[in-house]
Amino acid sequence: MRRLLDLAAPAALVVATALLGLVVSSALQTYFLDTLVKVAIVVALYVFIGNSGVLSFGHVAFVALGVWTAGVLTVPEGQKNAIMPGLAHVLLHANVGNVQSLALAALAGLVFAFAVGLPLMRLSGLAAGIATFGVLEIVNNVLRYYDKIGPGLNAFSSVPETTGIWQAAIGALICVVVAFAYQRSRFGRQLRATREDPAAASAAGISIYRQRLLAFAVSGALAGLAGGLYVHMLPIEIDSLYLDLTFLTLAMLVVGGSGSLLGAVVGGLVIGGLDSFLSAAENGVDLLGWHLDLPTGTAVLAVGALMALVLIARPSGLTGGREFSIGRVRR
Amino acid sequence: MSVSWQTLADALSLGGIYALMAVGIGLVFGVLRLVNFAYGQLVMAGAYAIAYASVWGWPSWAGILLCFAVVLALTMLLDRAVFRPLRTQSPAVMLVATFAVAFLMQSIAILAFGQLGTIASSVGPLNQPWDIGGVQIRKIAIVSIVVAAVCLALLQLLLLRTSVGLHMRAAAMDFRTARMLGIRANRVIGGAVLISGVLAAVSAVMLTARNPQVTPIFALDDTIVVLAGVVLGGLTRPVSATLGGFTIGFASGILGGALPTNQSQYLPTFLFAAVILVLLVRPNGLFLRGGGAAERL
Repeated sequence: MRRLLDLAAPAALVVATALLGLVVSSALQTYFLDTLVKVAIVVALYVFIGNSGVLSFGHVAFVALGVWTAGVLTVPEGQKNAIMPGLAHVLLHANVGNVQSLALAALAGLVFAFAVGLPLMRLSGLAAGIATFGVLEIVNNVLRYYDKIGPGLNAFSSVPETTGIWQAAIGALICVVVAFAYQRSRFGRQLRATREDPAAASAAGISIYRQRLLAFAVSGALAGLAGGLYVHMLPIEIDSLYLDLTFLTLAMLVVGGSGSLLGAVVGGLVIGGLDSFLSAAENGVDLLGWHLDLPTGTAVLAVGALMALVLIARPSGLTGGREFSIGRVRR
Repeated sequence: MSVSWQTLADALSLGGIYALMAVGIGLVFGVLRLVNFAYGQLVMAGAYAIAYASVWGWPSWAGILLCFAVVLALTMLLDRAVFRPLRTQSPAVMLVATFAVAFLMQSIAILAFGQLGTIASSVGPLNQPWDIGGVQIRKIAIVSIVVAAVCLALLQLLLLRTSVGLHMRAAAMDFRTARMLGIRANRVIGGAVLISGVLAAVSAVMLTARNPQVTPIFALDDTIVVLAGVVLGGLTRPVSATLGGFTIGFASGILGGALPTNQSQYLPTFLFAAVILVLLVRPNGLFLRGGGAAERL
């Protein structure tokens, strides 16, 4: 029972967000959608960073790959030429449905993360951080300029907008469930052991490299899935899948508490809500009869300030890296 | 693929500037085990100081002075408000915190100065070419090579010949032991942070002269490349960090000049692929002899 609570608490938060998103107006609903997709990304990040304790700046590259896979395969055939004039012949006639595109996005994330992790997971510390950053740079650079495979600098328009509140919620839930199942599994526990004490863990026969690689691949798959959800939500540009998103999702993880699944979800919801609201207010928003119009940059400012504050005052995040427990609430 | 003198001089000067930034990051890392991701935003702030000074019609020396004042003040503020409370945290927490500070400063710049940027025209004359034996070379290339060399030589003198430098090297090697032997932590850290601020200001002047269009993301790409260079060279020693910074600046300058125009947009891909390859072979750094104590994230 107690174990299930670790799953139930974050899952309940996701469902509650989705239900809340159902009752609000359709203009507001976009923010709920956006937040749910961000939660999926943060949970993907958590699977690797939270369990291994190794920093990765590269996960947005897997999200971008998911965006690309699901996007390029679902733009209607008749419109591919208009949106992606340089597209290679093979991709011109490849088309799949919504669910398949999401599955393929996850698969692309899985395969790519595994391939990248194969050499990179031998690194640790700052070298790992910089190398994963390098992956982000390369993926971003190639997707941005190589127009034989995608829209390049243009937005991924005409992708069927199938990510409604249910699809976003189910996607986020899948991520939560997979993350939970992974962290409860033998492999997740072994990886957590290497996080706490690498020397003792290797002495106990755990291969740090293999466990990190597995977590990297799993989180790559989830990030790819989140990317698929993202591109089905709105016409997205490759430029928005770069440093800003990396910063935002890392902030979510850190503010919530990178040590627990609940922390990842809470951070995603809190920062996601704050960020969507402020971003909306940058374009002007009417709230309870007030007209709010904030200057551009406020959202990042607020998120950055909140993140710095949380790090200074409570470095283990809002949840303190713990899962939800009734005993703690009672006390 | 041919490399012109102009490309070579540009690559050398970029290497020089990156070496300065690298050692600025490396010195702070040495004493605090903190990778300052916000270093580029310090440079950006300095560049804005120069740009606004030139908009206000100040002479260029006054602009440079303002740049130093702004960058040093911000560096001190950063040390007080962020580095000091986080001193006992793990390197990962500190890195993420400076990541947050970087975005904070960038968004402040967007709020205060707008997205479009300002032109620092007062340092423009440095961009004019000099004619040396029939070869055209931009003045700034020569100037920044010289300035970088002088700064690095002075720094080397400071580190090797003064007691402050000795303290800093000792602290970089083993902070706890150094403290036990009577080195004052705040002074050493303050000194390192101050020097890194000075180097940021110098880099700001050089980078502004190279590219007078100052925007909120000024020096962001440079910082990312420098960070890669610093890790590539080896963070734990100032010399290896400097060499790493120089190498990556030089390599990116040469690559940028040598790649055909239709492929030059893929420069980051080539650069970071090379970085990843080198890291796989020498994870502790290219220029560190023996097994340098690698920190863990």
